[in-house]
Amino acid sequence: MIALSVVSGFVLALTAPLLLRLFHHRTGWILALLPIALTVFYAGHVGPVSSGLTFYESHVWVAALGIHFSFLLDGLSLVFSLLIAGIGTLIVIYSGGYLHGTTELGRFYMYILAFMASMLGLVLASNFITLFIFWELTSLTSYLLIGFEHRRASAREAALQALLVTGIGGLVLLAGFLLIGQVAGTLEMAELLTRPQGLGGNSLYVPILILVLVGAFTKSAQTPFHFWLPSAMEGPTPVSAFLHSATMVKAGVYLLLRMTPVLGGTELWQILLTTFGGVTMVLGAAMALFQTDLKRLLAYTTVNGLGMLVFLTGLPSRAGITAALVFLVTHALYKGSLFLTAGVVDHETGTRDIRQLRGLYTQMPLVTVAALLAALSMAGLPPLLGFIAKESIYEATWHLSRWTLAGTAAAVTANMMLFAAAGLFVLRPFFGRSGTADHHDHHPIPISLWLGPLVLAVMGLLGGLLPGLVDGSVISPGVSAVLQTTADIHLSLFHGITPMLGLSALTVILGAALYGLHPKLSRWVARRSGWARFGPAAWYEHGLGAVKHLAEWQTLVLQSGHLHIYILIILLATMGGVGATLILREGLVVDWQPDSVRVYEIIVVILMLVAALVTIRSDSRLSAIVAVGVVGYGMALLFIDFGAPDLAMTQFIIETMTVILFALIIYHLPKYRSICSRAQRVRNALVAVAGGGLMTLLLLIALTVQRGSRLADFFKENSLISAHGRNIVNVIIVDFRGMDTLGEITVLAIAGAGVYTLLKLRLEGRNR
Amino acid sequence: MEILTSIVVGGLFGSAIYLLLSRTPVKLIIGLVLLSNAINLLIFVAAGLTRGKPPLIPAGALRPVAGVSDPLPQALILTAIVISFGVLAFALVLFRQAFGQEPSTSKPDTESTCT
Repeated sequence: MIALSVVSGFVLALTAPLLLRLFHHRTGWILALLPIALTVFYAGHVGPVSSGLTFYESHVWVAALGIHFSFLLDGLSLVFSLLIAGIGTLIVIYSGGYLHGTTELGRFYMYILAFMASMLGLVLASNFITLFIFWELTSLTSYLLIGFEHRRASAREAALQALLVTGIGGLVLLAGFLLIGQVAGTLEMAELLTRPQGLGGNSLYVPILILVLVGAFTKSAQTPFHFWLPSAMEGPTPVSAFLHSATMVKAGVYLLLRMTPVLGGTELWQILLTTFGGVTMVLGAAMALFQTDLKRLLAYTTVNGLGMLVFLTGLPSRAGITAALVFLVTHALYKGSLFLTAGVVDHETGTRDIRQLRGLYTQMPLVTVAALLAALSMAGLPPLLGFIAKESIYEATWHLSRWTLAGTAAAVTANMMLFAAAGLFVLRPFFGRSGTADHHDHHPIPISLWLGPLVLAVMGLLGGLLPGLVDGSVISPGVSAVLQTTADIHLSLFHGITPMLGLSALTVILGAALYGLHPKLSRWVARRSGWARFGPAAWYEHGLGAVKHLAEWQTLVLQSGHLHIYILIILLATMGGVGATLILREGLVVDWQPDSVRVYEIIVVILMLVAALVTIRSDSRLSAIVAVGVVGYGMALLFIDFGAPDLAMTQFIIETMTVILFALIIYHLPKYRSICSRAQRVRNALVAVAGGGLMTLLLLIALTVQRGSRLADFFKENSLISAHGRNIVNVIIVDFRGMDTLGEITVLAIAGAGVYTLLKLRLEGRNR
Repeated sequence: MEILTSIVVGGLFGSAIYLLLSRTPVKLIIGLVLLSNAINLLIFVAAGLTRGKPPLIPAGALRPVAGVSDPLPQALILTAIVISFGVLAFALVLFRQAFGQEPSTSKPDTESTCT
C-alpha cells in the first residue's frame, strides 16, 4: 500500500494532460482528489504510529545487489508525508486558479504531481538506492518546474542552476550512500536504524559524513550553496510555495534527521551542523531584510528556516530534535501560506515590489487575514504555532551544556530579523496607506486562490491554540523515530515565567527596533551592492564558465578531425594503461632462461624483422604488400615449427588471399605520398619503438609469471572422451566453443555483406 | 627461442604502430595487417613454445602424450586469423570508397599538414 501511495502520483501525472481536456478549469479540483486521498491514507497511520508501530514494505528489485523497492513509514516519514500530501492538495487547487489560462497547464499539472510522488518516495524510501533515485527525481522535477516559463532566459538559467547544484550534491550523496552500504553491509535504512551502534566509530566515518552532508546541504540550500534558492523564485508561485519552501528543500533536513541515529551524536556532526546551520540562518534572515521582491524576501527567510532546522538537528539534545520538528511543521504552514499570498498579490496587482504595494486589505480581505496570521506565526507571536516553535528553539539553545551563549545569541539574532521581515511582508503592503498601487479591477478573488493560504494560516493558529492537536500525533512519533527511543512531548502556549519567555520578549523588542531602523539600514546596504560579486553565486558563475572553457579546449584537442591524431591518442592511452598495470601489478621482473635456438628459426626471425622494416621504409606500395606477405608466411613457418599445423594452414591460405586482395584493390587506392614532416616522423618512430618495446617486455614478463593456459588440461583430457575428436584444436573450435565459432561466422557474413554492398554502391555510382 | 620471438612481436608491433600513425591510407591498412599478426604471435608465444608436438591424440590413446603444445591459444588464434581477414577486406573496400584519390586521412577541409 505504501508503494502504491507513492506510485499513484506518477500515474496521475501521466494522465493529467488528458484530464485537463475533459474537465477544463475544474481540473485542479479533480486532480486534488488524489492528494486528499493520500492525506487521509497517511492520517490513518497516525494512531498506530503514535502508539509505537512502524510500517515496512519491500518489493524485489535488484536482490543480488541488495537494492529493494522498499519503504518505511514511521514517525518521521509520517510528518513529512502528511505535509507533502496535505500542502500538495492545496497547491494543486491553487494552481488551477493561479495559472488559469496558461496554455501549458497540463504540463504543469504533470510536473507538479510527479514532483509530489517523487517527494513522497524520498521521505518514505527505506533503501538507500531507492531514496537516491527519488532524491534525483525531485531535483529533475524541480528543474522542470522552475523553468516552466521556459521562454524567459532567466527562468532557464535559474532552473539549470538549481539542477546543477542539487544534482551534483545528489551524486556526492550517492557516493556517501555506497560507502555506508559497504561499511554497514546493508542498504536498508530500516535495518540500519535498529542497530544499537551508529557508524561513529568507523574509520570511514568522516568521509561518509562529509559526502552525506554535501548532499543534504546542497538540497537544503545551506551556505555556501544557498544561492540557488532565491534564483529558483523564477518558477511559478505554487512551485515556490510547494517545492522551494514547504517540501523539497526540506529533503536535506529530512535526511539529516533520518541519519541522526546512524551518523549523529559525534562531536564532528554537532560542530558541522550547528556551524553551517547557524551561519545559514543568520545570513538568510539578514539578506531577507533587504529584498524588495515579496518572493525573494520569502526565499531568504526560507534559507533562514532551513539553516535553523539544520542548526537544531545538530544540537546534542532531545530538545533540539523536538524544536526541529515543531519548527518544521510551523515553517511549512506559515511559509506555504505566505508564498501563496504573495502569489495572489502578484496575480491580482501585477507586481511583487514591496515599495509599490500598499493597502491591499481592502482589495483582498480573506487573503489579508491569511497573510496576517502567517506573518504573526513567522514573527513568533502568541497565540500562533510560531510562538511555540520559537519557545522550543530557545528551550533547546538555553539548556546547552556548552556554547549556550553563542547558540542562544544566534537564535535570537535570527528570530529578531525574522520578526522584522514578517513586518516588512505584511505591514505596509497590506495595511499601509493606500494610493500608490493602482488596482486594475476589483473582481472577487476566486476560492481556489484564497483557500490554500487561509487553510494553512488557520492551521498555524489552531496549532498554537490547541497544541495538543500536534504534539501527540506527529511531534512525539517524529522525535521517537529520529532518536529511536520513546518520546512523549507536550507542547503548550504558556510555560509560566521562564528564561525562554524573556528571550521571546527580547526578540520582539529587538525585532521592532530593527523594523524601525530598516529604511536607514537598507539605504546603507544599497550602497554596498557591489559586494555580491564576491559571493557564492559569483563562484558558481566562474565555475560554470571554467567548465565551458575546459570542454571547449579538450574538444579542440581531442576532436581534431585528423585520423592519425585519434589513433595516436588511442595508442598512447592503451600503452599507458598496459604499461602502468604491468609495472604496478607485476613489477619489471624477467626470468632470463637461455633456451635452444635452431639455425632455421633464426633465419625465419630475421626474415620477418627485415620484412617488417621494408613495410615501413618502402616507397612502393607493391613491395610493401609483398613484405607483409613475407611476415605472414614467416608466422606460418613458426606455427609449423611449434606444433600448430592447423594455424599454419589457415595462415598460409589467409595470407595468400590477403596479398591477392591487396593486389586487386591497390591501384584504386591513393599513391604513397610522404606528408609528414621530419619531426612528426621522429615522434611516430618514438611512439612505435616505445609500443614495440612495451609489448616485448609484456610478453617476457607474462612468460615469467605463467606459462600455458590453466584450461589446457581440461581440453586435453576431455577432447576424445566427451567430444570424440582427436584434433584438440578443432574440437575446441567446433565443440567446446561452438557458439563462439557461430559468432565468428556471423561476423564474417556481415563483413562479406558489407564488402559486397560497398562495391555495388560504387558500381551504381559509376553507372549513373 | 621465446626471447627471440618476443623481439619479433615487439618489432611487428612497432612497425604496425608506425604505419598506423602515417597518414597514407594504404600504409594504415598494412599497419592493421601487421597489428593482427603481432597480436596473434603474442598470444601464441605467451602460452610457451614447444617444438613439434601438435595437440593431437594418437590413434588408440585416450589423451595426448605429455608435453604437447597448449591447444587453447591455438584455437583462439585460428578464430582471430579469420576474423582479421574479414576486417581487412571490409577496411580495404571502405577505404577505397572513402578516400578514393584523397591522399590523406584528415578531414577534407583541412590543410594537408600534420599537427
